[in-house]
Parts: sequence; C-alpha cells; structure tokens
Amino acid sequence: MSTRIANQGRLIDRSKPVRFTFNGKSLQGYAGDTLASALLANDQMLVGRSFKYHRPRGIVASGAEEPNALVGLGQGETFEPNQRATTTELFDGLTAQSQNHWPSLEFDIGAVNSAFARFLPGGFYYKTFIHPRAFWKHVYEPFIRQSAGLGKAPKDRDADTYEHFYVFADLVVIGGGVAGLQAAKAAGETGARVLLIEQTAHWGGRAPVDGGEIDGMAPEDWIAQTLDALRAMPNVTLRARCMGSGVYDHGYVLGYERLTDHAPETAGPRHRLWRIRAGQVITATGAIERPLSFAGNDVPGVMLASAMRDYAVNYGVAPGRRVIVVTNNDDAYRTAIALKRAGIDVLRVLDARTSGGGALMEEAKAQGIRIDCGRAIAKVTGGKRVAKVAICAQEGQGAALEEVACDAVAMSGGWSPVVHLWSHCGGKLIWDDAWAMFRPDPARAPTGADGRPFVTAAGAANGELTLGATLADADAAGKAAAKSAGFKPRRIRTPQGSVTDEAPLVPVWLMPRAAKVELRAKAWLDYQNDVKVSDVQLAAREGYESVEHTKRYTTLGMATDQGKLSNINGLATLSEALGEAIPQVGTTTFRPPYTPISFGAIAGEARGAVFQPLRRTPIHDWHEAHGATWEPVGQWRRPYTYPQNGETPHDAVMREVRNTRQAVGMLDASTLGKILVRGPDAGRFLDLLYTNMMSTLKPGKCRYGLMCSENGFLMDDGVVARIDEETFLCHTTTGGAEHIHAHMEEWLQTEWWDWQVYTANVTEQYAQIAVVGPKARAVLEKLGGMDVSKETLPFMAWADGTLGGIGVRLYRISFSGELSYEIAVRAGQGRALWDRLTQAGAEFGMMPYGTEALHIMRAEKGFIMIGDETDGTVIPQDLGLGWAISKKKEDYLGKRAQQRSHMTDPTRWKLVGLETLDGGVLPDGAYAVAEGTNANGQRNVQGRVTSTYQSPTLGRGIAMGLVLHGPDRMGEVLEFPGTDGKISKARIVDPVFYDKDGEKQNV
Amino acid sequence: MKRYSAFAVAREALSYHTGWGRAWRAPEPKPRYDVIIVGAGGHGLATAYYLGKNFGITNVAVLEKGWLGGGNTGRNTTIIRSNYLQDPSAAIYEKSRALYENLSQDLNYNVMFSPRGVIMLAQTEHEVRGYRRTAHANALQGVTTEWISPARVKELVPIINLDGPRYPVLGGLWQARGGTARHDAVAWGYARACSAMGMDIIQQCEVTGVRREGGKVMGVDTTRGAIDCDKLGIVVAGHSGVLADMAGFRLPIESVALQALVSEPIKPCMDVVVMANTVHGYMSQSDKGEMVIGGGADGYNNYTQRGSFHHVEETVRALIETFPMISRLKMLRQWGGIVDMTGDRSPILSKTPVEGVFINCGWGTGGFKAIPGSGWGMAELIAKGHSPLTDAFSLDRFKEGRFIDESVAAGVAH
Repeated sequence: MSTRIANQGRLIDRSKPVRFTFNGKSLQGYAGDTLASALLANDQMLVGRSFKYHRPRGIVASGAEEPNALVGLGQGETFEPNQRATTTELFDGLTAQSQNHWPSLEFDIGAVNSAFARFLPGGFYYKTFIHPRAFWKHVYEPFIRQSAGLGKAPKDRDADTYEHFYVFADLVVIGGGVAGLQAAKAAGETGARVLLIEQTAHWGGRAPVDGGEIDGMAPEDWIAQTLDALRAMPNVTLRARCMGSGVYDHGYVLGYERLTDHAPETAGPRHRLWRIRAGQVITATGAIERPLSFAGNDVPGVMLASAMRDYAVNYGVAPGRRVIVVTNNDDAYRTAIALKRAGIDVLRVLDARTSGGGALMEEAKAQGIRIDCGRAIAKVTGGKRVAKVAICAQEGQGAALEEVACDAVAMSGGWSPVVHLWSHCGGKLIWDDAWAMFRPDPARAPTGADGRPFVTAAGAANGELTLGATLADADAAGKAAAKSAGFKPRRIRTPQGSVTDEAPLVPVWLMPRAAKVELRAKAWLDYQNDVKVSDVQLAAREGYESVEHTKRYTTLGMATDQGKLSNINGLATLSEALGEAIPQVGTTTFRPPYTPISFGAIAGEARGAVFQPLRRTPIHDWHEAHGATWEPVGQWRRPYTYPQNGETPHDAVMREVRNTRQAVGMLDASTLGKILVRGPDAGRFLDLLYTNMMSTLKPGKCRYGLMCSENGFLMDDGVVARIDEETFLCHTTTGGAEHIHAHMEEWLQTEWWDWQVYTANVTEQYAQIAVVGPKARAVLEKLGGMDVSKETLPFMAWADGTLGGIGVRLYRISFSGELSYEIAVRAGQGRALWDRLTQAGAEFGMMPYGTEALHIMRAEKGFIMIGDETDGTVIPQDLGLGWAISKKKEDYLGKRAQQRSHMTDPTRWKLVGLETLDGGVLPDGAYAVAEGTNANGQRNVQGRVTSTYQSPTLGRGIAMGLVLHGPDRMGEVLEFPGTDGKISKARIVDPVFYDKDGEKQNV
Repeated sequence: MKRYSAFAVAREALSYHTGWGRAWRAPEPKPRYDVIIVGAGGHGLATAYYLGKNFGITNVAVLEKGWLGGGNTGRNTTIIRSNYLQDPSAAIYEKSRALYENLSQDLNYNVMFSPRGVIMLAQTEHEVRGYRRTAHANALQGVTTEWISPARVKELVPIINLDGPRYPVLGGLWQARGGTARHDAVAWGYARACSAMGMDIIQQCEVTGVRREGGKVMGVDTTRGAIDCDKLGIVVAGHSGVLADMAGFRLPIESVALQALVSEPIKPCMDVVVMANTVHGYMSQSDKGEMVIGGGADGYNNYTQRGSFHHVEETVRALIETFPMISRLKMLRQWGGIVDMTGDRSPILSKTPVEGVFINCGWGTGGFKAIPGSGWGMAELIAKGHSPLTDAFSLDRFKEGRFIDESVAAGVAH
C-alpha cells in the first residue's frame, strides 16, 4: 500500500520511479528518496530488530541519528552490514535486508528475549552465567555472541576502491544548512580559502522544512541564491555527501565523502577521505531532536516529530494516517501543522506543558487541531505497529485518562545541538537551562598549538535554535573565524531570519513525571541497545554513579548511533536518580567519527602489494625474473634464495653457499643502510656513536663498528669507511637504516646541536653488489678498469675507480669469510653493473645468492647478526666483541651503562659455538636447561641457541648460542629440550667454524 | 551484599529490580588505614583485594581521583595472554592468566573471561625465529603455547588472508588459553569484593601530597582531607611520575597515547584473538560483535587521551590486508589511552626510597592482562616486603642494568 501524499515531496522526482528490493520483496520508490522514505512509502514501518531483546524496530528518525533502521545493503563483494536506511539514497536495483532476526523480520525467535526482558535488566550478565566455569566459553558466550552483533559479516573481498584527498584551507565549515551557508559566505567574502562540506546530498538543512522567511524570501530561495553566490567565489569549495568525521589536534579535520554509494554504476572510487589541514573550523552541524521517555516509545510508528515532518514535506510520505503528536516544546507544532496540511489526520497534540505553547500552537489551533495541555502519553500499545495510545496527566503516575486508537506518534522532547565535532578535540560544554541542552561554551573552545581557539560552533550547533538567531550567529562566526585565520572581515549585512514567538520549553525527562516502575521498564532510552529508564535507575541504585559507569553498565549510547538520540535523555534520567543537576553529572566523551566511516576509506589507495610502501632495489626486477623467493626485510623485499630447475628452497640455499665458497657468488646488498656523516666534528661524533675509535681511521680505510643504545645494549653494526678528512660513510643493517639515522639526528639535534656534523641517509642513492668467493678477484679483473690486487686494495680498504666502464666505489670487506668485494655504484647504474658482472662471472661459475646463504656463511664464520645474536638485552662484551670497544676513549654511548653491576656480572651468558652430538640442526631458539626450578616454578636454564643452520660447508648442523660461563666450558655438553619433548645434545665449541685464521678473506 | 546468581536475578525481577543494593559502598574516608592504595583501576583494586584475601589485611582504602576503572582498565583492547619470553614476565603474566580462569567465581561477578585463544602471526623469517624461541621458553616456564602452521592458522581464523602479496603468514604462536575479558567488569568485580571485605573505595578523592617523617610514609593529603597510613601503594599508571614526585623520588617513565578503535557490531566471524606485529595491528571480536582493533602508540609523549588519526590509518591498512572482508565494515569509535612506558617496556613493582611506599606502574601497553597477577604480587610485596613475582621488577634494575626487555617477542604491543 502506498502512503505517498499527493503534491508533496520537494526532494523526490515522481517522473523517475526506482525499483529496489527489501527482504527479497520488489518495491518502488522515486529518485530522490532515501531508502527509509521509500520503505515508508511502501508502508514498511517495521525494519529491524533490536540488539538484546529483538524487539520490533521501526524508523524513528530521518538522518544520521537513526538508531533502528539498519540494513544489510548489496550482495557478495559489495555487501555492507549496518547501513542506515535514513542516509542511504535510493538507486535502481538497490537490495536491502533487515538484520538481527531469525527466521524472519516478522517472526523472530530471538524476540523470546523480550518476553523475558524483566529477567534481563541492564548488566544482568555480570550477575549470572558465573557457574559452572566452563559454561562461559562453551555455552553462554557462544549463545550471547550469536544473538548479538546486528548485521552479518561480509564474506568477500571488497570490490570497490577508495582514495584520499589532501587539502589545506583557511577555514572549513562543517554542515551545509543555512548556518553553514551563511558562515561560509561571510568568510568567503574576506578572500579566505573556504571549504564547505555537507553530509547529505542537499543544501540548506532543515530550513526548507521548518519554514519561516529569510530577508523576506522563502528559505529555499535564499538557499539557492546563497549557493549561487558561493559557487561564484573562486576561493570557496563546496562538497555535498561529505561528512565532517572528526576534528583532531592542530586543525586536522577528516571529511568522508561518499562518491558512488548512491550511484554504484559510476566508475571511480567509492569513498574519498578528505584529510584537511584547516586554519579555523566552524561546526555548523545543526541539532538533533530528542525522543520522549514514555512506555512503548519504541513501538514502530513512534517517530521524532521533526522526522515525520521531513518525510511528509521532503518525500511526500505519510508515516501514519492517524497521528498523535506529543511534545514539551513549540517546534512539534510545526509537525502538526505540516501533517495537517498534507491531509494527515492529526488526532491530538499532547503538550506536557500546562500552559501550552506560543504562536505555533495558536496556528495549529486555528487549523482545527485539538490540543491538550498538561497531558502526556502513559503508554503506547501495539506489536509491530502503533495501535493505540493511553493518555494521562504529565504530573502523575500514569493513570490513563483515555485511550485513543492511532497508527503513529510524533514525539519531541526538545533539541540537542550536535556538539560532537566541537568536542572531539577538547571543546567544553555548558548547560543551557532555557532550552534544556548542552551547548558549546565559547570560553572553552578547542585550542591549537598557539593556545588560541580554532573551532567555532555556529547556528543550531551553537545552541541558537531559531532561524533569526541561527543566521546572525553563523554570520558572526564566519566573520570571526576568517579574522582569526588572518583575513579582514567585510562589513556586509547580516541576513534577517523571521522570528517566531515561541513559548519556553519545559524539560520532560520522564513521561509521566512519576511513572510507575512497570512503565519505566518499558520507557526506552537507547532503542538499538535496549536500554530503558529503569536500567539507568538500576545502575544509579547499584552505585554505577559516574556517567561513564552508567554507560558501560547499561550499554547506553554504545550502539552504532553512539547515543545521538539517547545520551541526553539517559544523562537526565541518571541525574534525577542521583538527585544531582545535569551539568554536575556531565557527559560521556565524544569520539570520532561522527558517524561510522568505512575501513576501506581509512586505508585509501594503499591496498594489496602497496598497502605499505614497497622499496625496490635497482636489481629487484632481475631477481623477480630469476625466480627469487622473497623475504620481507622492513619495507624491502630481498631474495631469500634463487631455486633452479625445481630445487627446493633448502637445496638452493645449500648450492648457493657451496658455489660461493668454492667458486664465486654475487649478492644484491643495496638494501644495507648507508649514512653519510660529514663535517669538521664528524670524527668526534662517530667516536661517541660507535664503541670503536673512528676518528683515527685513515681515508681509504674501513672499520667494523658497533653501536650501542644509552643502556649499553648492542643496537646495530656495520662497516664504516672514511671517505676524506671530514666524511664518513656508515653502513648499517638493512632493517636499521632509518632508525639509526634518526638516532644520529636525535643526538645531534638534542645534545650536540652545536657540533658541525651533517648526516644524510643515502641508502637508496647507491646500488651495492657483493662479489664473494675465491674467484671474485678474477671476475673483477675480467671486467677491468681498476687495480683490485691485494697490494693496491688490501682487506678493509676501499677505492674509487671504474669497473667495466662504470664508475664505482669498491670496498674490500667481507661478511662471509671469503675473498670479497662490495661494489657501490649510483643507483641508476646498479642494474647495468649487475648485468655486466653476470656476464663476466659466467665463465667462473658465478651465481647469485640470497639472504639465507648470507646468513649461513656468516654463521660458519662466527660473525654475529643483529637481531639473532642480539635481542635488546645483549651487550658487545657478551659476544666476545671486546676487541671492538676502544679502551682509549673517554666515552661512547652505552659506556657508562656497561659499567653497571648487572652488565659486569660474571654470570652473564657469553657467545659460544654449539655442535650437536649427532650432527643434526639444533632447534631455533632452544634453551639449555639446568637443574631445578626458580622461585616461580620455572625450569632453570643456562643458555640458549641464537642462530642455527645446516652448514653445507661442514656437512653438519652448526649453531651459535649464549651460555652461562660459556667460553670457559669448551667441550661440555648441554641439553636442549625441544617443544616436542625431544632433547638435543650439543657440545660447546669455538664460534668460528670455518677458516679460523682468516686466510681466505685476506688473500 | 547480595550474592549474584541467576536465581537472585529472577527473584529481584519480581520487584522490577528495585531491591538491588550498591555494588560497592560510598564511604567517607576514615582518619587512618593500615594500607592506602592510590588508584582504583584494575591493578589498585586487585592489590587491595589480595591484601585482604591472602593476608587478612582489610583496613585498606583505595583512593581514586575520578571514577573507578576509568583509566586504562576501561580503555584497553582486553587481550589476555602470557606467552612472554623473559622468565619474570612469563611468571607474572601466567599467574595472572591462571587467576583470570577462576576470577568470575572468585569474585562472584561475571568478568566474562573468554579463553578463546590468541594467535601471534609470524610474517617474517625473523619473527618465525623469535616465536620459536618464545615457544621453547614458554615450555620451560609452564606456559602452554604452540607453534602452529599457516594451515592451522587458517582453520582457527577462516577470515584471514594467508597469502598476502607482502607478508604471507608463515605460522603463528598459539596460546589456546589466552583470550579476552570484559574490562570494566574486572574493575567492578574487584571493587565489589573489596567493599564486601570492609575496604573503603573512595572515588572523587585526589591525592595532593604524600606526608613523610624521617624517610617513612605517614599518610596522604587528599581533596577530602588528610588520611594516615602505615603503608602506601601507588598504582596510578600514567600519573605515576606525579605521585612519585609528591613522595620525593623520580621514576624512569614516559607517557604516550596508545590508539584503539572498534567497528560496528556484526555477527560472529572471528573466534580468536589475532595479533600481527610485523604489520602493526591486532584484532578480536567482542561479545557484542564489534571488531576491537589496536595498533600503535603516538610517536610523542602526551597525556591527552585523545584519538589521533595516523596510527589508525596504518593499523586499518594492515588489518584489511590481513582480513580483507573488513574493508566494508565501518569504524564506530576510536580513542586513546595514556600508557606509562619504562626504559625496558616492562613494569615496575617495587619498594621505593621512602619506607612504606610501594609502587606499581610501567605496564605500558600490556597492563590489562596482568591485573590479577599484578595485584597478587603487589599484595605480597606490601604485606611481606618481597614477592617472587615482583622481585625482578624492582626499581633497582635500572641502576643495575638488569633489564627485562620483551621487545624481541612483543613487537608493537604486549
């Protein structure tokens, strides 16, 4: 049955019918409808089930504050749960399913909870489900989880894309109602860059529905005129369907633009996240009407008065045919008048105020609407739809005076400014007694780094609820904010809004005032989470007195609407229960986002392979083409090994080690950190940074260095080359480059800021290739161009020159114990050099090797690896690296820490080699056990494995480890239990397994 | 105090639940207590509870500046696990986890401990080695954990994407009896039990000074007057430095904001807790259906408790790659909590330079899971002067260099 009203509906286009389905039923709406208005037009008031009791839920609002009308939208890879029907624009082919019921919306088994509601008050689960213990995990919790949760989880990968915009603005105006438009205009006229964003598809907010006049014009005409003026300003940007999501420190604002939700056939991203740096922010976010707390105020058909007006005026939909209006303020009379005008039967206005309202009441009266003052609703009866209303006196316990049959109730408990965005970043609120609402306190606005306010609330969001006051306030806010942003306001006339003579609101937090507990237990505050007046009163009675306690105990305001409708009513209920004034009770914290935003939009374009930046060496493509298996190291990907002809990765690694040891191998070492340190004080700086003496290093020479944290722990290692008197190149580990560079800068900027030292991270400026193995020199000689002999370029020396026609810097350094060169070239020539080396090396059997072969070769040689032998608790002295600690220096970072008692304790575990008795490989990270247990009942241990590999060179398992008194216990056998219970036995040996005298690397 | 049970709820339903009394009393402060605990968060309340339960010390006041459980106890992502690497950490976290197993029955308050299992994903070779080491350590520490294959990970978490283009899942460290609990209920349950033992929980009572004589504590000054005590336990997390300053000593603590967020609720789709340290994010699904997500801490020190956006972005990106189906879910709410970090990222449970003053702080990003164990050890420390659970966590360790560093095993969050 259609509930469309003839000749109404300013936002719909009756010439464009739109087909959609709800729970599989094919329905029709019009272009311009929201899903909610289209459902109502098809007389579908029941749209879902509540969270806890599975009570029938109808549409209650018309905008972002809607707690009930949540649907699953779309299918498969475009399915989205918990979508608000009130903010979903209708499009052809839309499919929606209602949520949280089984087997169907109309007949939901879960509604049995509602029958037991009396036994399931707020927080009941803290008092029950305690015994027997195992039942929580296996019985109670699965049941609760299954019945909670609202929408279904999407199953598929998201088919849509998302993007981010980065914007700077002098002024961001959030909200495109008349206040936002006027604020933007006033600011735009000063020349400031203004960004005006509006969450809906329409400009002007509530004004066209609420009526009145602006400068003698109908609001719609003024809106059109103002929009034209704004569009003509080159410094003003307007975006509809773009919600102000959050206001953060330093004028950072998030906008959430929905690009294709309303038109899914459109190409391009679905959502766009605007990341805005604003000089000033104006929140012109309007106000939200409050429900009234009476029994049965959640029966489908009970709706906010303003929402009912919206549906009638904007969409030409009659949410009911026989309506009762109940209010404590004048605004609801607008609804009564609008409904009457649309031909809807307004049976009664129940005005809780004994003296009634002002001019609007008179107007309603003049239209023949019956008005009962001092009256209230005792109870609404009806299952899935309002059937009748019991009327009582507001001052009383709810004894029914009469019962009236009707199919809808429009309620208004007053208005609350939308203070969310004002509050996100610390803006404070004051209580306004006249309008019974929290409004922004201009004296305590959010402040920026300079201590000055950067957010201004304007219009209804600032508590100015009448048209005239809203416009004046917004005009002033726009001018003031532009001035704060450094622009000169122009003296332009403030538009005049018409003023209606309104009688004051009288706060009504419970209807009737002294409602009996049976009624209070049916008076709902939070519709989605099923929180009742009696629940809040119970919380107060039980000592959950803080507003945060009450919220958390009852779940008030914790639903997907985050309490947009329920918070103030709940707060007032709590304050009455405690006998305290509302401002003393305070509010819960407003957190971003204003309404939920998609994770897809938060992630933006960064998905798949580039969800994090991908760092590629100049030789990356070659590795890929030659079948490398990858190992992620930081944001790099490094070849782990290059399997050939169906080899397993393990076999490939073994081959790579053997080939390198016996012939020659090459490694892409470009990812190693390279930090240039330069300046007259560079030597002195590095002397403090490294444990070694670096200032005495001669230009042309290299030195292996260790870096410790202030606490003495080994944090990084690498070879330092002295380029000239003032310049050093420090190599770091691949993973360490960025934080070591930051570490250097921290010391330079905070402690030694007057030293003349400059650092630059040049990691990506160079490609670096290691050529390793007994035939390495022959390969380089084949390339030709510079003398690579032992005499000219001995171990730990470097030289500039050319190889194969490419300018290179050649280091004689080794991490494998073999004859080894590392060749650095400008990054752009990295691939060319690699290719030439590959050609030149072919006749010598040269093959590339990956990170695992690198690790095995260094372990065979007893070289430590940062992150394996170290873990943030190891000092160089533990690793037998005392030789790399200068005894001559007065100080270095970590020196004093290394003198502390625990650091010099002779029982610290020391580095040794470990050789299994059976030749097998020790498990990674295994511990050597000792006798007995400690005071906490844990098995005593005396050492652990730090690195363990199968060594193809030795044909057996080798390992390194840290062991109590290790170096003094050579030959002893330790026991390492595995997690499978199997015990491995290993003998303590020297950690250098291969070429102890270094004869191979020094040739 | 009425005992909680399904029967009691049914009985009270007859009178529409108007017969329930206060969960905890709201007393005026007495002039003197044997022990004053400053801070009615989980750790402070648990300390008081075990002082009474294990040592019969019930002349105790717990003073709270704001509302009880209102700090990090009520702001965390509720993960409970004990798969730590270093012996002292494993001891206190496992004690804690074991106490959580029976906490609802012990307190007669359902804290909803849900031992649904925790997986820490290994996504680099380095992480594989780290977790294998942890598994070895745990076996010797009496902590039940297991290294599991990618196939087993998928079985436990059907919504996970194992073969991401950047950091494929190589396995995981699985603690089957780790899980979550209802964070507020932990504070409320302890508070109710403490109050029932006759202890005074005094909210809206800010400590403004620590009174000492001859190097010994005499009492505290508060916004509700001076209160004497023999012993003073400072258990105030982010504001520990402020309290220590009042008592005349300094702490090696820095405070930063840790970011967390939840999605809108959906029907159950993930039954375990998953932590992905390489990509910086972790996620579980609450009993309400929200995906509870945590990530990184802000890179600068502050006390604001506000959400910032940049870590949220990084975390969400990582989790969409790990769980692609969340892309069309929506972020409902984000928030920040102030975590107190020590130099080795391990807590301090210690005597102090002032006789009779004890401190419990520095839990950083990992405090919630430790509440019962921390309270247990702290109570023993206050009652007896030392505890095997807390000895290693003394303040002296910073002077001695005896750090308890979990960074190799903990990654972003622990």
